[in-house]
Amino acid sequence: MKIDKQVDPDDSQAPVSPLVFRLDSHSGVPTYLQLVQQVEQALRLGYLRRGDQLPRVKDVVASLAINPNTVLKAYRELEHKGLAAGRPGQGTFVQAAPRAVDAEELAALRGSLVSGWLAEAAAAGLDDEAITALFQSALRDFRERRDTPGRPRGRGERRGRREAVA
Amino acid sequence: MNVIETSGLGKRYHRTWGLWDCTLSIPAGHIVALVGPNGAGKTTLLHCSVGLATPTTGRVSVLGRLAAGSLDALERVAFVAQDAPLHSHLSVAAMLDLSRDLNRRFDLCHAERRLRSLAIPLHRKVGKLSGGQHAQLALALALARHPDLLVLDEPLARLDPLARHDFLAHVMTAVAEEALSVVFSSHVISELERVADYLVVLSAGRVQMAGAIDELLARHRLLSGPAEQAGRIGELFPVVQAQNAGRRAELLVRAAGPAGPPSGWQASGVTLEELVLAYLRDPSVSALPGPSALPGPAAPPALPASTHHEVTP
Repeated sequence: MKIDKQVDPDDSQAPVSPLVFRLDSHSGVPTYLQLVQQVEQALRLGYLRRGDQLPRVKDVVASLAINPNTVLKAYRELEHKGLAAGRPGQGTFVQAAPRAVDAEELAALRGSLVSGWLAEAAAAGLDDEAITALFQSALRDFRERRDTPGRPRGRGERRGRREAVA
Repeated sequence: MNVIETSGLGKRYHRTWGLWDCTLSIPAGHIVALVGPNGAGKTTLLHCSVGLATPTTGRVSVLGRLAAGSLDALERVAFVAQDAPLHSHLSVAAMLDLSRDLNRRFDLCHAERRLRSLAIPLHRKVGKLSGGQHAQLALALALARHPDLLVLDEPLARLDPLARHDFLAHVMTAVAEEALSVVFSSHVISELERVADYLVVLSAGRVQMAGAIDELLARHRLLSGPAEQAGRIGELFPVVQAQNAGRRAELLVRAAGPAGPPSGWQASGVTLEELVLAYLRDPSVSALPGPSALPGPAAPPALPASTHHEVTP
């Protein structure tokens, strides 16, 4: 009776990374972006720290059954954001935590949202659902507009702009 | 290098054309999904590419300019046919031995290691394996030849969800480990989304759309707005599919670049499934990049007198 079906005798080393990726195929978020977001999330929550290794491409591919290029694209994006760095022959490692927006700045942003846009939307007669829908749709537009210019054709270099991860 | 290149490829079965005027070049290094309704010509195209069928018209070459079916090509192309036919009365071990004897290049250790890691017993008769194990065995045999191009005809059709996942994971692991291009046919688009990065859509024996999936998605937009303005939008963008829901119209259009939608209209990205279904619904629209076939809504030339007829998926 065998239950060790998952274990490949060839790579019997323990998983190298504290992170395990999951995929939500109904979220509409591209797969590589889901991987990027999960790393960012893990960094923010402290599951991943500087120096930790990200899951090896081979392991991600074997567990999620996705295209290796998707994983590489996600890791390139993380490198580009300065969050991870590749070490030849070893893998990709966490280099820095995302810049946390400081509390003051966050409070200011929140204030301008509440007394500004939200107040105007409510005055115009939008209820909570309408406000949420409008905000989400605007955010999607914003994201698309931000991501489209200089979008690589295929798997080329990413746009040359560093974004703070809020 | 192109892993598969065809020009004017056609294949006639008796009085029916299974494939007609197919011009296509698939670059190396991709995982290619070949999709289309049943009877669209997917198997015919794959069979022509691996040398199992002789084209009636046109040419097909693989891995650079190797003639499909030539010895050089056979050495470097591995093919798993629909339902992965194997000798069911042989044991797995005997099947491995047979494959080693029949192939000039066959990495027995590679296959055995793979089968062991999947807990497939080597002494079991092939006919007694589960559907998933059967498919995995066929795949292991194909990969043991260390091909440069792996061609799979409907590999997932008969597998349950877990077996599909494991099968795709096996293919993707091979891609991660070796420089390997994969072409596989399927009519289930949703399950290709995670793995494929290049798409070829066949419909009624013709290539309807081909290209890198990222680019195809970036070149299409879903516009929604007042129905009475739909006609005007149609003049601005090539419309692939139009749907009217009373006062609102939804148009799937080809639009390059980040240009915003006309005022009063909302634009959103399309999913792969929406895109493929829209094209399959209307076989007269096509999106074929490349110098030989510029994108455009032009109707295809008349098909030969008796065409294969189309069955909806």
